[in-house]
Amino acid sequence: MATAEAEIAERAAGAAGTAIQPQKSQLTRSRVRAAWLFLTPMLILLVMVAGWPLFRTIWFSFTNANLSDLGSARFVGFENYLAYNDGEWYGVLADGEWWNAVWNTLKFSVISVALETILGLIVALVLNASFPGRSLVRAAVLIPWAIPTIVSAKMWGWMMHDQFGILNHMLMGLGLISAPLAWTASPDLAMTAVILVDVWKTTPFMALLILAALQMLPTDCYEAARVDGIHPVRVFFKVTLPLIQPALMVAVIFRLLDALRIFDLIYVLTSNSKDTMSMSVYARQQLVDFQAVGYGSAASTLLFFTVALCVVLYITFGRVRFDGGR
Amino acid sequence: MNNRKSVGLFVSMAFGAALAGASVAHAATLSISCGAVGQEFEFCKTGTEAWAKKTGNEVKLISTPNSATERLALYQQLLAAGAADVDVFQIDVVWPGTLANHLTDLTPYAKDAVKEHFPAIIKNNTVDGKLVAMPWFTDAGLLYYRKDLLAKHGAQPPQTWQELAETAKKIQDAERAAGNDKMWGFVWQGRAYEGLTCNALEWVASYNGGTVVDESGKITINNPQAVAAINNAAGWVKTISPEGVLNYTEEESRGVFQSGNAAFMRNWPYAWPLAQGPESAIKDKVGVSALPKGGADGRSAATLGGWQLAVSKYSKNQELAADLVMYLTSAEEQKRRAVKGAYNPTIESLYKDQEILAAAPFMGELYDTFVNAVARPSTVTGANYNQASNQFWNAVHGVLSGRAKADASLAQLEASLKRMSRGGKW
Repeated sequence: MATAEAEIAERAAGAAGTAIQPQKSQLTRSRVRAAWLFLTPMLILLVMVAGWPLFRTIWFSFTNANLSDLGSARFVGFENYLAYNDGEWYGVLADGEWWNAVWNTLKFSVISVALETILGLIVALVLNASFPGRSLVRAAVLIPWAIPTIVSAKMWGWMMHDQFGILNHMLMGLGLISAPLAWTASPDLAMTAVILVDVWKTTPFMALLILAALQMLPTDCYEAARVDGIHPVRVFFKVTLPLIQPALMVAVIFRLLDALRIFDLIYVLTSNSKDTMSMSVYARQQLVDFQAVGYGSAASTLLFFTVALCVVLYITFGRVRFDGGR
Repeated sequence: MNNRKSVGLFVSMAFGAALAGASVAHAATLSISCGAVGQEFEFCKTGTEAWAKKTGNEVKLISTPNSATERLALYQQLLAAGAADVDVFQIDVVWPGTLANHLTDLTPYAKDAVKEHFPAIIKNNTVDGKLVAMPWFTDAGLLYYRKDLLAKHGAQPPQTWQELAETAKKIQDAERAAGNDKMWGFVWQGRAYEGLTCNALEWVASYNGGTVVDESGKITINNPQAVAAINNAAGWVKTISPEGVLNYTEEESRGVFQSGNAAFMRNWPYAWPLAQGPESAIKDKVGVSALPKGGADGRSAATLGGWQLAVSKYSKNQELAADLVMYLTSAEEQKRRAVKGAYNPTIESLYKDQEILAAAPFMGELYDTFVNAVARPSTVTGANYNQASNQFWNAVHGVLSGRAKADASLAQLEASLKRMSRGGKW
């Protein structure tokens, strides 16, 4: 039955092939060839810088490789992921700290991306209005995004220092707090601090992408709305938001991909602390600090699949399309 | 990299043929990684410059992160890649086991110098019969206190942790009432990193609670004394220590103490000349003593620290690098560092040197503290040390920040260490 089906499919494909091929003109074929010619260097580069490390990491995750001696790695199957030994579960999937890291990462991603989207939208709407000095303000807004993360994380680390940090000084000066807060040390505040800095840093990115979408909007809808005397808030929800939605969805997916693999900001601000440990921080700790390349690669591979899963879910349920159509 | 290697090989073969047996003694450039905590970098610079002048070579200094944990991570990445960029590494007393594979055996270069150093440190630096590092300076946790504040409030240097907490509270309250609202009682290293392992080991050992893992590899941390010790420390946070201490390393705590905003500080000897320096707000107001005991039956315990110098196996100038190491760890250089920077020598005879004792009196007074310092269980746990230490500091950090109870946390730590070591077999 299966072979019969395959045969039919093959014959159909063959027929389609012979039916279509003669219709391809000389020009089309040479264009396809040129396209491949131009694409090949990039594909080779991608395989080298992205494909090979990915493949190597996945391979290492099935071995007991150690950083001090990578050559003697031995294949161990799924032991790094999950294994049952003497009545106890071992492996990344049985590690409470891993699940803590997963939870931290998801919490961080959802909250920070949501805040960045809302704030970015507001900033973009403001920058879209015409006022004197607009181009200057547009450039100035980009500064946080232009500063390297390590620099901004270190800078915020000092600003949030509990004893000599300027943030506490200002808040106390305004009378909002009575005693200095230990922003990066207190378990209740550490995640808030990380999210705060991330929102500060990436809101400009969101604002820029949304602003680009706003600039493309047709003016006739707005003119019609004005003629009909529709309230601006209603115009925003009925006209602006639906029109920029595709661009917004793409911007959110960019940020989501970035947020799910967050590492530098958290590592600089709060080091390996459990309260803020993300999946990437966990994987790095295993790979480098504990030299467990096999185990750490398993964590990295799981991180890769978690990010992939989140994106697939988002695209499916958000009905995002990248071809621009709606 | 292979290409570069083979080119290098080709060039050196060509040279060898040209010179035909003549000894090649042209100047080389070495790289050394030095710590930058306090004045470390300055001292490393002056020391290596003296060697460079003497031998006609050049030495490049590479500064590394202040946190020992981050520094180890950097070294591991460099060494795992077989990088020849750094010839001499400054390594912590707990790292020889972890890094031994990448380090050169220094026995042929050290010869008789080995006998001058404390045998315990030499033993610590010997892995499978190879001397992988030379001792450079040794460290032990000390209690710094403000002589002036203690005298003002009629208090003595504390003998137990309980006395310390009481005195600290008294001074803190009185000073705050007098207008210094930034005053704190006691600062230490509470960030989730290797420094917290050092601090917590001192608390636990001072209560006679063992050293987490004993010499035979048995996991001993889950005991009532250890629980009492850690509970006691957790009680300091937000009372005599700022909550921010949970993210402090050595330099952050020194920052608070040296600005005059703390009555007590736990730190290593390096802080002494800095606190006494011309720019210090507390010059001539500082005293140093051994750390307090854990209650009346407890003892005073200081964690053994200290740094070693090792030569990378991937260095292209093995002999020169070893010569630099031997120069920097020699009695002469150790004396210079002790007099000017209060870095504790690892050479026993220097503790009787009058010049050193005059510059850093505590080295003589606290000689016993340095000699009897408590070692972290790095030998028995071997390559797993960093992971075990990580579990320990995380367990303690959880209790200090109020997220976990000490007894539950230590029971959990015991279980995870048992898992890691497969029942104490490591």
